[in-house]
Amino acid sequence: MSRRPYRRPVSAFSWWLAQPRYVRYMARETSSVFIGAYTGVLVVGLVRLSQGAEAWNSFVAALQTPASVAFHLLALAFALYHTTTWFNVTPKAMPMQIGETRLPGNVIIGAHYAGWAVVSALILFLAGG
Amino acid sequence: MARSNKPIVWALFAAGGTFTAFVTPVMIVVTGLAVAFGLLPAEALAFERVLAVVQNPVGKGFVYLAVVLPAWHAAHRLRITAHDFGIRADTAVMAVCYGLAALATLITFFALLRF
Amino acid sequence: MSERHIELEILRYNPETDEAPAFQTYQVPCQEDWVVLDAVNYVKDELDRTLSYRWSCHMAVCGSCGVMINGEPMLSCKAFLRDLPDRIRIEPLANFPIERDLVVVLDDFMDKLDSVKPFLIPREEKTVESGVHIQTPAQLDRFKQYTLCINCSLCYAACPQYAHDNNFVGPAALALAHRYNLDSRDVGRTAREDVVASNAGIWECSFVGACSEVCPHDVDPAGAIQQTKIASTVDYFKYLLTPGRG
Repeated sequence: MSRRPYRRPVSAFSWWLAQPRYVRYMARETSSVFIGAYTGVLVVGLVRLSQGAEAWNSFVAALQTPASVAFHLLALAFALYHTTTWFNVTPKAMPMQIGETRLPGNVIIGAHYAGWAVVSALILFLAGG
Repeated sequence: MARSNKPIVWALFAAGGTFTAFVTPVMIVVTGLAVAFGLLPAEALAFERVLAVVQNPVGKGFVYLAVVLPAWHAAHRLRITAHDFGIRADTAVMAVCYGLAALATLITFFALLRF
Repeated sequence: MSERHIELEILRYNPETDEAPAFQTYQVPCQEDWVVLDAVNYVKDELDRTLSYRWSCHMAVCGSCGVMINGEPMLSCKAFLRDLPDRIRIEPLANFPIERDLVVVLDDFMDKLDSVKPFLIPREEKTVESGVHIQTPAQLDRFKQYTLCINCSLCYAACPQYAHDNNFVGPAALALAHRYNLDSRDVGRTAREDVVASNAGIWECSFVGACSEVCPHDVDPAGAIQQTKIASTVDYFKYLLTPGRG
């Protein structure tokens, strides 16, 4: 009996289209593009700030354009997707055990969302106040 | 030793990811959406106000973290994403991703220093 | 019990006669409560004696019968027909070379399990006379989940990193290492680190999480790997910052 094992090729480019869970994974990973781009926007803003009021004001004006708003909406969507996926896996990456009982995942995730709500409210308040 | 050196960037990725998860959404709203949608008055982003934030030591520290941590998080994830989309030139991708993060870090550091 | 007519599309491959695998279709009259394995057994018994596949316990504890069912890695003895459509595509487990029909070459999987030193490395060797190791329920609870692996290798079939790089140590092996690292009787984490913390070990994982989703026993290898990443990172910085410590 002769053996001739057959290796099935897998595409390096389109493998993720085969299953919904892989598509969701790639969406999560793609959030890095938008978070990176938004960070770039912040860096540009800091540089403009250092160049004085006129430079800063034109930067702020650019932020109000439809293109900028559209980008930020998209960035927000991806940032929120990052937040939810990050919180959801935290109990698996850092399980907490007190004595014999494992802290339920929902408790850990719930606490994260609560903290997130507090932080967000605080920053919104400080920005507006 | 076959031990990898990835922990260096991964530590930044993990810290950055946590910070990004908590802070970045509201930051995007405050800087890019709140004024346009009337959630905050235009004065919120006035030059004097923002200057005061970065001149304050606490504000300086927060702004530094808010730029640098997401930058390194996104850089590492972008490196992995490139690989997942089939781009296998890892050394080149690393140079671009971490290079950009390093650039962002330096620019932010020196800009904040001068305020 | 009412019957249901199922169409099985099975990927066949005979290494002695075929250039490449090809699908063959079978019409199978099935009972309501059958699993895919029952349908495949019907094919072998009644329709085509040449079909080759692995199975044993028929109750999801031996780990033998892993196949791709409509693109999803599953145990054929745990895939109930009532949860599946009338046309079922059955292929050998992904990411492994096909030996013949639904039988894959599992040598690499076995080697990976071996490579993580999957045995207790105690602080000091105990003789039988000195008695048993003492372990509290809380200590057992820490690692018990990771002992449940039945070595079915569905996780390797689901993992896109393993698909692209067979050098990846893989979910089951890394979960197995984690099982021993968490065991209070074991001090072998450093001994395993060479393989576990290498670039082909935990650091090849990008936390897709597909492995944990397909695991038939909720071992959660993805969680095991992330926990190991954190522990390894702490170890790494401890080692960097304290010269002379090993």
